[in-house]
Amino acid sequence: MFNLFLLQLLNGAQFGILLFLVAAGLTLVFGIMDFINIAHGVLYMVGGYVMAMMMGTTGNFWLSLALVLPVTLAVGLVLELLVFRRLYDRSHLDQVLATFGLVLVLSELVKIFWGSAPLSVAMPEMLSGSVPLAGPMRYPVYRIAVIGVGLSVAIGLWFVIARTRVGMLLRAGAANRSMVSALGTDINRLFMLVFAAGAMLAGFAGAIVSPILSVDPGMGDSILILTFVVIVIGGVGSVKGAFYAALLVGIVDTLGRMFGPILLRLVMEPAAAAQAGRTIAPMLVYILMAAVLFWRPAGLFGRKVSQ
Amino acid sequence: MRYLAVSTALGLAMTSAAFAEDPVKIGVLLTLSGPPAVLGEHARDGILLAEKALEGKIGGRDVELVIVDDEGKPDIAAQKARELVEGQGADFVVGPIFSNIMTAIAGPVTSAGGILVSPNAGPSNFAGKDCNPDIFVVSYQNDQMPQVLAQHMNQQGIANVYLIAPNYQAGQDSLNGFKALYSGTVAGELYVPLGQLDFSGELAQIAASQPEAVYAFMPGGMGVNLVKQWNQAGLSSIPLMSAFTVDETTLPAEQDAALGMLTGSNWAPDLDTPGNAEFVTAFKEAYGRVPSLYAMGGYDAMMLIDSAVTAAGTEDREALRTALKAADFPSLRGELSFSSNNFPIQDFYLTKAIKDDEGFYRTSVVEKVFTQAADSHVGECPMN
Amino acid sequence: MSDLRPRLAPRLKLALVIFALLAVVPPIAQAIGEPFLIVVATRMMVFAIAALSLDLILGYGAMVSFGHAAYLGFGAYAVAILSRAGINDLLLQILAAMAAAALFAVVTGAISLRTRGVYFIMITLAFGQMAFFFFVSFSALGGDDGVALRARSTVLGIPLLQTTQGLFYVTLALLVAVFAGLYRLTLSRFGRVLTGTRESALRMQAIGFRPFPYQLTAYVIAACLCAIAGVMLANQAVYVSPAYMSWHRSGEMIVMLVLGGIGSLTGAMAGALITVGLEEGLARWSEHWRLGFGLILVLVALFSPGGLTGLLRRLNLIRGGK
Repeated sequence: MFNLFLLQLLNGAQFGILLFLVAAGLTLVFGIMDFINIAHGVLYMVGGYVMAMMMGTTGNFWLSLALVLPVTLAVGLVLELLVFRRLYDRSHLDQVLATFGLVLVLSELVKIFWGSAPLSVAMPEMLSGSVPLAGPMRYPVYRIAVIGVGLSVAIGLWFVIARTRVGMLLRAGAANRSMVSALGTDINRLFMLVFAAGAMLAGFAGAIVSPILSVDPGMGDSILILTFVVIVIGGVGSVKGAFYAALLVGIVDTLGRMFGPILLRLVMEPAAAAQAGRTIAPMLVYILMAAVLFWRPAGLFGRKVSQ
Repeated sequence: MRYLAVSTALGLAMTSAAFAEDPVKIGVLLTLSGPPAVLGEHARDGILLAEKALEGKIGGRDVELVIVDDEGKPDIAAQKARELVEGQGADFVVGPIFSNIMTAIAGPVTSAGGILVSPNAGPSNFAGKDCNPDIFVVSYQNDQMPQVLAQHMNQQGIANVYLIAPNYQAGQDSLNGFKALYSGTVAGELYVPLGQLDFSGELAQIAASQPEAVYAFMPGGMGVNLVKQWNQAGLSSIPLMSAFTVDETTLPAEQDAALGMLTGSNWAPDLDTPGNAEFVTAFKEAYGRVPSLYAMGGYDAMMLIDSAVTAAGTEDREALRTALKAADFPSLRGELSFSSNNFPIQDFYLTKAIKDDEGFYRTSVVEKVFTQAADSHVGECPMN
Repeated sequence: MSDLRPRLAPRLKLALVIFALLAVVPPIAQAIGEPFLIVVATRMMVFAIAALSLDLILGYGAMVSFGHAAYLGFGAYAVAILSRAGINDLLLQILAAMAAAALFAVVTGAISLRTRGVYFIMITLAFGQMAFFFFVSFSALGGDDGVALRARSTVLGIPLLQTTQGLFYVTLALLVAVFAGLYRLTLSRFGRVLTGTRESALRMQAIGFRPFPYQLTAYVIAACLCAIAGVMLANQAVYVSPAYMSWHRSGEMIVMLVLGGIGSLTGAMAGALITVGLEEGLARWSEHWRLGFGLILVLVALFSPGGLTGLLRRLNLIRGGK
């Protein structure tokens, strides 16, 4: 039982890291540019589809993964030039309207190009298979790799933000946008860079998870809300917050689903416990978010919001 | 206001056509957008193929198909169903794919005088207490597919099994249908939230319990994820048997990960029945993919309607019902008739995912499990 | 009404034009042999009621609720539960729906209002999702499959909603009533305080108003009015399902509002009518209608800031000239 608990903890953490990969780009765009981007999930989907297409032509996992980066970066740049750039100074609601429209357009385009059937991305040979953990329980090699990649991205982002000039500008820009402009930095170029990097991170996440999850037109939709939950719990704009919140969400979701009914059985009839368990399981993440916001209205690592 | 004008023009064109030639009007209501759109597309393509095979005639009259998308939303489906029958005067509505849509459209279609022919959804209430003389289900009753696997496991002497399904009505029905027939012990039951992406937690739970087999009901994208993650988690030694999880709509994404997995069905592309091989070839030629049971359901629905209109026309409602109930058409499944609740009596098979000689991933018949089986709810239906 | 006309605000004038146009939809639809337009228009009005209710908190109170569809669901389930218990009267159902919505809104609103901005958006989403998943697991009422109603509600024992026209005019009456009520509310002292909290909560506090009770009251009123839309949605579809409460619906309601223009009531109503109308109209032309619809949304957001009713006029010109 204890082994199983540890394994589930690991599973939860791994799911969290997967969420972090998607959330990192969103929290950057959101926090630094104060821009609500509903289309972030679609960029994640585009990453998955580009990966599937590249795999179809090249047949090589690593080459395809390497090609996803410039392609999604380019998609991000084009969208920034055509749409987002004009919306930075507008209200959140205008941003929601425009990016919601983009979701419809991009999803339909994906459907026209690739059809609506789920697509497959094969796992690279060297990362397939599983390693024994305890007893009959094993752990997939690929997921260990995902954990490794997620941690590297987290460390990389921390380094860029905390230790480089760009990072300094980002932090300053998030705190006070007009101040950075006044200091002579081209804030528009900075924003373009952040946005394109965010799009690339989302696309990269879509490509990384494609061997585990199916590539289908709904994949962006289903991850988007969870991603927003993560960045809000963490505090908007905080990459550190997104990291811890993603782990928290992953672990609470997995452990709650697995052990919630067992705990409930201590205080209820088995049948009622099972019923209550499956009613509550999907709500857990939202209960967690509501609770966090109740105690800390700006998330775990968010700046205090002015009334 | 342009919209008003255009729809008026459309409406006028349609009404005048209806009077001039009196074609048979068939509304087709399927889920053609969103993640599960591929199921609706298969059914639609099956319907279009049948239209082609019938040379655009139903019962010797021209057929007019009106295809609409329910967007997977029940209230929109109810609205569109009403429009098809009341607004456009459809004689028949072929659809839907999903059970919740069926609940929403059954009333609007039948109360307005249309006949509903379901190419896929077969929820238990319509087989039992809510059965209706104007609803015909050409596919199956939802419980029957899991029972194919329960029966197979009983025959194989599999003594304990783990069950997994999404937490919604169809998932609960599926597991209950399975348990009703399965004679071994249930090692554990997992209901996962609808739309869950990552199954690592569930797979660890299953690995820890080491059951002899697992029964899963995991339709659409969730099924693709489950199957892909199954072998990755090192569970390949435990057989995963499923319903609506491994078929021609999901196999293109599951590919090798699903090979050899067993599933229950009333049909497979290589089922040896008259006309089936021709259907499969024509479908592959026209649409570039292997047909699924959804495509077969659409095709058979059209053939059923054709046979009934040929025999009875559309004017005399009672005669039309009788003609439909006779099921006097060459089903791609071979022998088929209707129970008193208008659900089919048919054979069921154990099927297996394979990669065929042409490189297509598809299902293949392993053995017949039930011969001419009726569903178990027919007794609750007041019609006879 | 004629004596009021000289001092009518333009937005009120436009609203009256919309009501007048709606009122003649049934006879015109009958005359041109397209009775189905009445059904489409009924659905448009149901969502117009929902959008109006959201406009009170979003447009006037700057509270962007991303869980407003939950109240649509409360209204619909009130119909399903009461009709199962043999209570078919529309007014009783509306009262019950409003009571249930108010209860949920008081509790969740009080908690949500601790937060601001995007955190408010997300915490309202959280409560909406909790309600959604509760009804998904509620197998007594069909769970995710939903439940078909046996018949539409009656009004004081009269089966007024049985006919397409009856349902249409009852919905129109409710729409006019909700609009008139909200219009008066927004002009009242309460409305001005609410608008004041939108502009600057700090200033309102400085002049002696605590924003919280005003905001919470508005939140509860909006929930109750949206529940009315839910009652009518259930009657229109003769079917109830948790799908009414999904976050997609909440998002669509925000989009309707922003498309029409927030904070003017007329804009909210027009936005809902246009959105539902466009969906119905475009879907007839092409399977890929979302491409066009999405482009329209992007273009409106880019080139018509604030949407509002000017957008309506511009859109008419573009469509007329094509």
